[in-house]
Amino acid sequence: MSAYVRSALAIYRKDVMIEARTRETLSGVFMFALVVAFIFKFTFDPAPQVVALIGPGMVWVAYVFAGIVGMNRTFVLERDRGTLEALLLAPVPREAIYLGKLLGAFTIMIVVEAAMLPVFVVLHDLSFLSLPFAVTAVLATLGMAAVGTLFSAIAVHTRARELLLPVLFLPVALPVIIAAVSATSLLLDGGGWGDIDLWLRLMLAFDIAFLVLSSWAFEFVLEE
Amino acid sequence: MATVGTTRAPGKTGLVQPALLIVGAAFLFTDLYLIFQYVPTERVMGIVQRLFYFHVPTVWVGFLAFFIVFVSSIMYLVKRTEVWDRRAYAAGEVGMLFLTVAMVTGAIWAKPVWGVWWVWDAKLTTTFVLWLIYIGYLMVRAYAPDKRRGARWAAVVGIVGFVDVPIVYYAAELWRSLHPELVTGPFAESGGLAPEMRTTLYFSALTFMLVFAYLFRERTAQRADEQALDELRARVG
Repeated sequence: MSAYVRSALAIYRKDVMIEARTRETLSGVFMFALVVAFIFKFTFDPAPQVVALIGPGMVWVAYVFAGIVGMNRTFVLERDRGTLEALLLAPVPREAIYLGKLLGAFTIMIVVEAAMLPVFVVLHDLSFLSLPFAVTAVLATLGMAAVGTLFSAIAVHTRARELLLPVLFLPVALPVIIAAVSATSLLLDGGGWGDIDLWLRLMLAFDIAFLVLSSWAFEFVLEE
Repeated sequence: MATVGTTRAPGKTGLVQPALLIVGAAFLFTDLYLIFQYVPTERVMGIVQRLFYFHVPTVWVGFLAFFIVFVSSIMYLVKRTEVWDRRAYAAGEVGMLFLTVAMVTGAIWAKPVWGVWWVWDAKLTTTFVLWLIYIGYLMVRAYAPDKRRGARWAAVVGIVGFVDVPIVYYAAELWRSLHPELVTGPFAESGGLAPEMRTTLYFSALTFMLVFAYLFRERTAQRADEQALDELRARVG
């Protein structure tokens, strides 16, 4: 295991440990996703046949918005406690900091997405659980975390930090959102691997492109 | 800054700017003549089709401007010379202006022709996303705590945004093909252009390039002046 991966995992472990002891972000993000899913009931009051139509959109709006709330917090603790400087002084490559932070954001989003599955069943009688959906969610979340981690490192230092992340993030993440919603729709209509193949490949291409690009660009974001 | 005390300002651009202004103005008036007098009225769409000669060139220039943002941002991150940041910033601002004109003229044209102001086909979706990224690009600079960080962050947004645009186009195309098309045949007219129309379109494109070049250089020079003034103030105060 290279020093690069080791330092990334150390940062990730540190963040997971903080999260495991406080459960601040995880519970907050989950509650946020929950109220978004709940408010859909009263904004659309969908009949059962409509739920099948707008269900994938509801699910991904809840996931994406919760993801933004979660990613906004990726660097907040570091900034508030002044530990970001210490992290930058540590003799680790910047890409490792990026990778560690990305894994943290990814984990929180995936856990919340999984925890929301039964909520959608109860509130809207929507069941998504299948292997193709899990792969869709993992690829989409990885893409969102790749872009979101980079942008949240920018947003956290600006004056309007909670405001800037969605404005930067949503347009850039559009391909992944389109792919995730479309693939989920196809799966809900009874489709299988073959039907969502193109969307999965699109998300994979997006993930690879932005993982590489963002880990390169991250250095320029954090530089003092 | 050895030029203090002389009349030469740091952002001064010599004879190129006045020349661009005169040539650009001449082209602009000729372009207006071509668009409103020379070119025949389109048979089906009528008078509103003349917007085409504003719409298409401004879209081209808007996308070209973002390419300049992309290249200048890379150059800035690699070389760290202020001039590349000023170029990226100016191209971002002027490009945003052109893209806004393109979207407004497009919507005014679409309403009588397609019956709606907007459709979500791949081209329009991509243009709209690019416009949003431009706004984000300018917002990052506005909200940054200092200019240097704003410049670096904007460069990152400019590069990431540019790489994103073709992926958005592909995703939107794939998405459209799976949904029923509400309005058919957008941009179909670009196939059968009359010679006069083709001439006017290309002339108009050239004209808007000149206008862009003038505004872009002017804005870059202004930023240089601004910085020189800041440095002077810092030295005095």
